[in-house]
Amino acid sequence: MAQVNVTIDGRQIKTESEKTVLEVAKENGIYIPTLCHDPRLKPYGACRLCLVEVEGAKEPLLACATQVADGMVIATDTVTLHEIRKTIVELLLSNHPLDCLVCESTGQCELQDIAYNLGIEEIRFEGERHTYTIEDFNPLIERDPNKCILCGRCVRICQEVQQDFVYDFAERGFETIVTTPYDRSLIKTLCEFCGQCISTCPTGALTERLSRFKGRVWETKKTKTICPYCGCGCQIELYSKNSEVVRVGTEVKSGVNSGNLCVKGRFGYDFINHPDRLTAPLVRKGRKLKKASWEEALDLVALKLSEIKKKHGADSIAFLSSAKCTNEENYLMQKFARAVIGTNNIDHCARL
Amino acid sequence: MTNTIADIAQAKAILVMGSNTTEAHPIVALSIKQAVSENGAKLIVIDPRRIRLVDYAHLWLSQKAGTDVAVLNGLMNVILTEGLEDKQFIAGRTEGFGELKNVLAKYTPEYVEEISGIPADLLREAARIFARSERGSLIYAMGITQHTTGTDNVLSIANLAMMTGNIGKPGTGVNPLRGQNNVQGACDMGALPGCVSGYQNVCDQRTITKCKDLWGAKLPEKPGLSVVEMFEAALRGEVKAMHIMGENPMLSDPDLGHVEKALRKLDFLVVQDIFLTETAEFADVVLPGVTFAERDGTFTNTERRVQRVRKAIEPVGDSRPDWGIICELSRRIGYKMDYSSVGEITDEIASFTPTYAGITFERVSREGVQWPCPNPDHPGTPILHAEKFTRGLGKFHPVEHKPPAEEPDEEYPLILTTGRYLFQYHTGTMSRHSRGLEEMCHEARVEINPADADKLKVKEGDWVKLITRRGKIKVKACVTERAPKGTVFMPFHFKESPANVLTNPALDPVSKIPELKVCAVRVEKAGSRQ
Repeated sequence: MAQVNVTIDGRQIKTESEKTVLEVAKENGIYIPTLCHDPRLKPYGACRLCLVEVEGAKEPLLACATQVADGMVIATDTVTLHEIRKTIVELLLSNHPLDCLVCESTGQCELQDIAYNLGIEEIRFEGERHTYTIEDFNPLIERDPNKCILCGRCVRICQEVQQDFVYDFAERGFETIVTTPYDRSLIKTLCEFCGQCISTCPTGALTERLSRFKGRVWETKKTKTICPYCGCGCQIELYSKNSEVVRVGTEVKSGVNSGNLCVKGRFGYDFINHPDRLTAPLVRKGRKLKKASWEEALDLVALKLSEIKKKHGADSIAFLSSAKCTNEENYLMQKFARAVIGTNNIDHCARL
Repeated sequence: MTNTIADIAQAKAILVMGSNTTEAHPIVALSIKQAVSENGAKLIVIDPRRIRLVDYAHLWLSQKAGTDVAVLNGLMNVILTEGLEDKQFIAGRTEGFGELKNVLAKYTPEYVEEISGIPADLLREAARIFARSERGSLIYAMGITQHTTGTDNVLSIANLAMMTGNIGKPGTGVNPLRGQNNVQGACDMGALPGCVSGYQNVCDQRTITKCKDLWGAKLPEKPGLSVVEMFEAALRGEVKAMHIMGENPMLSDPDLGHVEKALRKLDFLVVQDIFLTETAEFADVVLPGVTFAERDGTFTNTERRVQRVRKAIEPVGDSRPDWGIICELSRRIGYKMDYSSVGEITDEIASFTPTYAGITFERVSREGVQWPCPNPDHPGTPILHAEKFTRGLGKFHPVEHKPPAEEPDEEYPLILTTGRYLFQYHTGTMSRHSRGLEEMCHEARVEINPADADKLKVKEGDWVKLITRRGKIKVKACVTERAPKGTVFMPFHFKESPANVLTNPALDPVSKIPELKVCAVRVEKAGSRQ
């Protein structure tokens, strides 16, 4: 990769030649609006919002698909560009339901943010509007093609990253729609329900059913942690509101999973606040397990383990630790078995 | 894994054996698909079932379950015969190749075809693709290890990797995929009968001295019992009490009838878990632990990366983090475990465990680190065995094919193999309490080949009885070409049709892993669920 010098909005920037104008701008905190861009995907150039002016070029160029070259002088925010972007967004909005009050994407909708940033107060265009009614009976993914802006991100993430090829464009012109083979419900396709399409959708066209009405993004606390399912160790973000985990997200291009997730990682979280969770110790009284205080339960365990050790020796006690618990807890459990009880009878389900 | 998940994408050939990667490790599968579609890697899948990954593969070799050593020896036989081995790597980095050669001689593709059912020419083609590629990655999971020959299977994979020089470089390696978020960590931390954290042997005098110095305790001298052995000892009346934390042997272990008898026989059983699991129902005391979302600490993933787990919400109800519970019990029994925070335990692990010595709580909160990491300035080790093996030279361990502990016969004419579904996970404690996953898939089906189904007059959705020497269960049939002729498959997630009632508890003599992937079964048509 060769070192190059470019100028963006008057700022001299040293960077590498294989990067795009959009990447370099982003790295340097310069905002260029985009709707069809996702760093997990190849440049596509569908939304035309990232147009920038480059000295010497006859017309504006796409920042997402143009690589920087030495000596390039780029302007990202001119009056002409502003007008182009405004027109594009107004055209999109002229056929977009403005139900932001209840739309699940509000607060994390890229279209909403861009409309706000461009200061669009009125839409100059009136025309036909889509009124699709699509009922896709599946528990996880809500599809509303009326909110689709045809950026193709769901189509591409399903093809390029997930490689399931569930979505594609059908029909032409104004009738163009993103759909499944034969307009089938996702359940009847090869969909793995990874929800990658939701993660990349810039509007409310693809949203999660489980988290519907569970909390606005600005009401939730975001905690970066690790997925509890298989051994991949994907980095996830838990969104919680009032002590309830209401959604799982990822940081794009982050962690061993590069911001990707599978169905379990993305949708398998509501066991956390499930009403059947054990919330108090239980002690067997007669044939039944009855609620008890921590003092009572812990005293009983300590007493019984001590008694059995005294009577039958330490090796009459066996411990199973857990591949679901942390390193710290596993370390302590084996220390407890070995140093406190005095047995090497400790294992876990590594073999199962 | 000797290598990282990300570097799979750099492989030029990928051999996946005994791993249903798209369902059990979907994110690893993304790297495999990317290697194939973006970087032109050739994918070879060796699995009895036509798993989804086969859709992306150049070759699919469907072996009879339990013949992996023969298949791997066959691949190596072809490589040797055609002179495709990495002579430089073998000469410079390994020893014992002569002995391996002697054993391989008889595993001609034709001989292997007799054992495994894989056509000889297909085996030849797979061997050529793998050996001729500049970088080859070997990926496996429980399909390789859960056999009475599990250790032999893994040794054979290592033989193949060394013979082709696929060790110590990006895009290569011996890459087992671990099935649980922290099963790597639980092993690393010494939740094993033979070693304390960092695989320090309990019989080693240095370990005994270290425990005395750092824990102030005398380490018991002989190795303990493994999980399946514990239940056997309980049945014999030798183990009287068990303390089970976050495990559900009443669904996960082989021969559940046996496990149930053992649990009933115990004088005292304490279970720490987040739900009243099938195992907890037998307990004398149940202690409510917390989920990953309610605790701080670290997990270690399948590529040995130690990563920070962060608490998102307070413990639900009166539940408590498991580490706190252990400390409280310890105090009551008279051993002080005094930690004011999880980080203090992480730091104690670093001081006790050479492979984790450079991994402090403060550091891992900033970045994930791959062990071995012997000191705070060490960057961690993404790729193992880069310059030399732990023992110096890599040793070839020649192994012969041995049949599984139980083979089909007249009474039990089919093979049963078990595994996971995409939408469910292990014994379902988490996934079956997740509404969306449960709605996507809430029951088991036994996959049966149309030819076998025809013989039994079983149609899609019919109830069938599965009977083995251990027990019987009822389950609905899924008639599909995914299952090869003569083999049926079912998942073990569901308590309504617990596959492990059927499975064989026969153990690998070295690793003590049970043979969950092969047993003999009879399938009968059943009238209804009852």
